[in-house]
Amino acid sequence: MLAEIGLQHYLVLSALIFSLGVLCMATKRNAIGILIGVELVLNSANINLVGFSKYQTGQLDGHVVAVFVILLAAAEAALAIAIFMNFYNNVRTIDVDRGDELRG
Amino acid sequence: MEDIAFYIFAGVSLFSALVIVFSKSVIRAAVGLLGTLGGVACLYFLADANLLGAIQLIVYAGGTLILIVFGIMLTSQSPWAAFQPTKFQAIAATIIGLILATGIIRLVTMAPWKSRAAEKLLTQSPAVKDVGESLLTTYLVPFEVASVLLLVVMIGAAYLARTEK
Repeated sequence: MLAEIGLQHYLVLSALIFSLGVLCMATKRNAIGILIGVELVLNSANINLVGFSKYQTGQLDGHVVAVFVILLAAAEAALAIAIFMNFYNNVRTIDVDRGDELRG
Repeated sequence: MEDIAFYIFAGVSLFSALVIVFSKSVIRAAVGLLGTLGGVACLYFLADANLLGAIQLIVYAGGTLILIVFGIMLTSQSPWAAFQPTKFQAIAATIIGLILATGIIRLVTMAPWKSRAAEKLLTQSPAVKDVGESLLTTYLVPFEVASVLLLVVMIGAAYLARTEK
């Protein structure tokens, strides 16, 4: 069996999920795919907070901050979906590469 | 026992994240997000963050994910509609992702994390009461700001998503 679970296991998992989230944001052309990538990145931040809370500080501060992160993620998703629906009403597609009206 | 559970949940989360990145259809990505959120929630329970795991399941898996699925339903011409990135974009993004992953993993494994004395670590599961108390004492100002933010987001989302007359 591998080493006992410690802080670094959580940090490595978080780093992998963060990179996958960035990759998702960079490769998806569907706006909702990009939103899903953002959610992945926020989740990786939360894993870090929980890991530090358990193995580094021993306090509950990490948990409280993670609650705020989840709250912000929910608020951000609600607004983003509203913006995407507006975008869809105007452009009749959800492909972000088509939203180039401001291009000089 | 605990490390086996950690590896199982971490594996579920990572596999679902890979499904998200490499799936062609966005509805499959949403299902992959459900897997990642569930796996991460189980990791929270494993790391003695009971309240956080519950909130993750209720707010994320129950609320945000449903919102995303509704967004997919309302904005795609067909449920299987997919837009693919160009080959150059995909290759460049993969290279950047690999550099990011290796860099961060190297950083966190080499950094000398000073672990606190054992008695200061969270030894038993903290009561939900403690988190609630800290929300209403130490973190009262962020708590109130968050409630104002939620109100603003509610009004803003309703305004943005209204139908034009």
